[in-house]
Amino acid sequence: MYNSNRARIIQIIIGVIFSLIILQLIGLQIFSSKYVLAANNNAIFRRIIYPDRGIIFDRKKRALLENTISYDLVVIPNEAKGVDTATLCNILKISKEEYAKRMIEVIIKNSRVKLGIFEPFLSTEEYAQLTENLYRFPGFSLSERSIRNYPYNTAAHVLGYVAEVDQKFLEKHEADGYEMGDYAGMTGLEKQYETVLMGQRGVKRFLRDNKGKIQGPFEKGQFDTVAIAGRNLYTSMDVEVQQLAEKLLQHKIGSAVAINPKTGSIIAMASSPGYNPNLLTGNQRRKTIGRLLTDTARPIYNRAIKGQYPPGSTFKPMGALIALDEGLITPSFGYNCFGLYTACGDPRKCEHHNAGHAANLQLALAYSCNSYFLQVFRMAIDNPKYHNAKLGYLKWKEYVNSFGLGRKLGIDLPSENRASIPDTAQYNKDFGGAKYWNSCYMLTLGIGQDRMTATPLQLANTMAFIANEGYYYTPHFVDSVEEEDDTDKEVLAKYRTKQAVTKIPKAYFDIIKEGMHDVTVFGTAAFIKVPGHEFCAKTGTAQNPHGKNHSLFVCFAPKDNPKIAIAVVVENAGFGATWAGPIAGLLMEKYLNDTLTKESKTKVDYLANVDLMPANIKEWYIRNNKTDMLTPLNYNNDELSDIWDMEMVSEVAPIKTTVDTLKKIDTFQKNKTPNTPTPSKQKNKESAINPIQKKKKVSSK
Amino acid sequence: MAATNNNNFSKGTDLAVILLYAIMVAIGVLCIFMVEYNPNSNWSNSFLTAKTNFSKQIYFSLFCAFIAIFILLLDSKVFTALANLSYGAGILLMLATFVLGKNINGSKSWIPIAGGFNLQPAELCKIFTALFLAKFISKPETDFKNLKSHLIAGAAIALPAVLSILQHEMGLALVYSAFIFAMYREGLPPVILIVLLSFAILVIATLLLEPTVLAIILTVIAGLFIFSMIKKFKRNKSKILIVLAIWGICFGTVRFAVPYIFNHVFECYQSTRIYSMVGKEYDCSQNKKSATPSGDHHGKKPDDYNVKQSKIAIGSGGFWGRGFLKGTQTRGKYVPEQHTDFIFTSLGEAFGFVGTFTFLALYLFFLFRLIRIAERQRSTFSRVYAYSVVGIFFFHIAVNISMTIGLFPVVGIPLPLISYGGSSLLTFTVLLFILLRLDADRQMVLR
Repeated sequence: MYNSNRARIIQIIIGVIFSLIILQLIGLQIFSSKYVLAANNNAIFRRIIYPDRGIIFDRKKRALLENTISYDLVVIPNEAKGVDTATLCNILKISKEEYAKRMIEVIIKNSRVKLGIFEPFLSTEEYAQLTENLYRFPGFSLSERSIRNYPYNTAAHVLGYVAEVDQKFLEKHEADGYEMGDYAGMTGLEKQYETVLMGQRGVKRFLRDNKGKIQGPFEKGQFDTVAIAGRNLYTSMDVEVQQLAEKLLQHKIGSAVAINPKTGSIIAMASSPGYNPNLLTGNQRRKTIGRLLTDTARPIYNRAIKGQYPPGSTFKPMGALIALDEGLITPSFGYNCFGLYTACGDPRKCEHHNAGHAANLQLALAYSCNSYFLQVFRMAIDNPKYHNAKLGYLKWKEYVNSFGLGRKLGIDLPSENRASIPDTAQYNKDFGGAKYWNSCYMLTLGIGQDRMTATPLQLANTMAFIANEGYYYTPHFVDSVEEEDDTDKEVLAKYRTKQAVTKIPKAYFDIIKEGMHDVTVFGTAAFIKVPGHEFCAKTGTAQNPHGKNHSLFVCFAPKDNPKIAIAVVVENAGFGATWAGPIAGLLMEKYLNDTLTKESKTKVDYLANVDLMPANIKEWYIRNNKTDMLTPLNYNNDELSDIWDMEMVSEVAPIKTTVDTLKKIDTFQKNKTPNTPTPSKQKNKESAINPIQKKKKVSSK
Repeated sequence: MAATNNNNFSKGTDLAVILLYAIMVAIGVLCIFMVEYNPNSNWSNSFLTAKTNFSKQIYFSLFCAFIAIFILLLDSKVFTALANLSYGAGILLMLATFVLGKNINGSKSWIPIAGGFNLQPAELCKIFTALFLAKFISKPETDFKNLKSHLIAGAAIALPAVLSILQHEMGLALVYSAFIFAMYREGLPPVILIVLLSFAILVIATLLLEPTVLAIILTVIAGLFIFSMIKKFKRNKSKILIVLAIWGICFGTVRFAVPYIFNHVFECYQSTRIYSMVGKEYDCSQNKKSATPSGDHHGKKPDDYNVKQSKIAIGSGGFWGRGFLKGTQTRGKYVPEQHTDFIFTSLGEAFGFVGTFTFLALYLFFLFRLIRIAERQRSTFSRVYAYSVVGIFFFHIAVNISMTIGLFPVVGIPLPLISYGGSSLLTFTVLLFILLRLDADRQMVLR
């Protein structure tokens, strides 16, 4: 008989095999984390619960934008069997080939067993038809999503838009937990206050079985997080003033900014051409975005913070302030102007030549005497206190910068432009060194020309500065955030502290104000009146390389207790008092009186319909067969033109409104197109319009 | 003597094994419950209606307990007396399945019996073969040292195995190799074990390496061997021939036998599973067997989905496990056949390494206890039978767990006492309790 040695060997074999198994189990269960990941990928379905985005209100707590529910048609391809494709295609107005194509796309994107979007943003009509017939389409269902809606069809540039995040965005915001398919603010306030508006997304975890079916909450939901709704933003914007500004700038290229000088809060900011913000939400977006991006007039571009315009005569009050503060002139300083400024050789024209129109500062401001302010500028640069022109210039620049020109103001909108107050380095380069130039070389800086540019926002801010007599608050939209926390307070702190507190005595501001008041009494803007209010203003007519002069107008009102400071720019429109002035006047009237007189309303209707689009832009449309774009995507229907007569409760579905609007525009446009002038002589000038246009021109050849 | 035992059947019965048996069955029911658990349905209701697998398993185990008691009440001489007869009957039943067989999960090895239950003769045949082997080796005229008796025993084991293969039950056929333990204990030369092990290594090497590379390696090994022993070989030249013969056999195995087995003996899915173990793909177009229309649905599923999901489930358990009824993979039914062949995954996921280690320790203890029982038998019959039981249990456990953790190709072998299935549970119960009955009479010499 064999002894139990063999039993021992059998035990060893068994032991060895068990050890191997245990080793493998150690490997699987203790030393590899990938299985837990794989298991979670398998079985845990994370559903992101999107909170409602915060709402942005105007000063009267009217919602500039809201959230509304939109429906997507979603499908689980595996369950889509026996679908009545004919009916479905009919409702969605797609072909059967398109149906098959989209199904494949859904499968590629989301696999066969998961929900995928078949048709996003259903129209009301499609939604109604689909709900009725849904039983015919097994596997299909309707899914809600919240989209933005703009009840007042206004302030597109300011509010910005939300859009689906792309790969680049995800890489940039890696730490913020965005995922493919999320929406985020891309421009405007939506972008600037994304973290506040977005709220906090909730995550619900579900158990999913091998067929992709949800079994129930994972671990009774103990790992779930609750969605926290986005917080609201409260601004000092005034919807009605904003709408009026946009309306007045129709058919023009330009911008208007209105600030409350007491707080720096922006009342209205319009940029034209603009677009109806509702056209960039839901299913409208697809149709609109391409048009907006290719338009040569750049309707997406916010000229109020990005447009750089020579301030022209609107700079004159600032020049005077510098000279006064430096003690170079007194308010009674006069200059004997007879229509030309010849002190630097090459004569510069002045619009006025009657004697005594620049007998003192007040008069010079009222009549906007070029010679006077050229002289004042030269005095500032050649100030004996600073020994040479370069140092004098630096001092002058310091003043100008402190007025908020030539630097970013820090508005709560992304991509603000600093515009330009040229540096001495630039002149050194131009004229071959610091020794070789003097005040005559950049003479026209004194009247807001040369290389000086400013954004409409900066111009409006200078008015707030003068209105406040020496300080301003950084212009901003958001006054407060709902349930403000420490981070918000930090962000908003800079909008709550006084900026540019200069030591210029009040008396100097008084004289400037008087001069600017005279502008509206007997000066260049004498015909512009704001019923019931005295106001201060300065016109500007800026020469520019792009064509006709820009029409500029800056003002604040009322004179003694300023509540609104405005800058209006209308590109290539001519005299400041002719176009920009009346627009600013109407805005002041609307804001201060909360209503317009009958007379003013007629003026509004007139101004709104005046077509001041530069001819070369019109020509571009015609050449590129895009005459339909000639009409800006603004609201311009009759219902809205009487907006101040209605109580502002918009029950009308905005999308529907815009469709109607577009139809109207179309018919309107058809009648109009043949009459549009087709200037061909200006071809040489148009190349300066913008780079997009240049490219088009090349490609069209 | 038998009469006294009958009067007091618990005397001499190994209670530790019975306790372990009960624990195992209970673990099995719990695991099946975990697999089936759905928080949305009222499971306490289904407990009584026997509509769910775990409640069925409870009924099966009650039935098995009844059978176990019945076996313990039998006279142990019954088993020696009926050994040959039962083997013959078992073979006949297996042959009968070819006529009466019902196709369940692609294998035609089930005979439908009353009440919706099915009988798998191949399962039962394991018991009968064990009894037959015990009877044969314990016969006084059998000298298990000579080759003839090895061949007879081998043939007796191979017969049901071949029949199982014909029924497309690869797993069950493999189980018959478990009898090697009993045969080894009774005198099978260890050379056979070594040869079998070498053969296994050779087969794995064939799968892993390119045939030409392997042929070169084999030749080099043979060359080195001859070179190093050159002095010995000079004295005895016939030994060189032996080395050359071994080399020839190895070479033949690599070049012809293994490809032949994979392409002609195994079915496509089996070859695929084995190849996927070593991380390779098997080209089914080479497989001659799958080319014949066998109506076998296995032929078209050449992926390692099962093993992948099984590894994920076990691996995601981690050290402590996800907790009872909290396994996401189990709840989500990601592991196919989880209540039967892959039951170990539910345990691994819910209780982690702690659970699986404890479970294996329990089973190891169980096996060692059985070996101890085997060694304390006076009669060869009981000892051979005991080793057969050890071998069968061990083979099932090792293969089943190895396949769930990716150490062995997937073959349909249940985890003893744990996997769902009345037929399987009954087989192991009978197998075990016959041993316990024999053990109770360990002082007797049975023939």
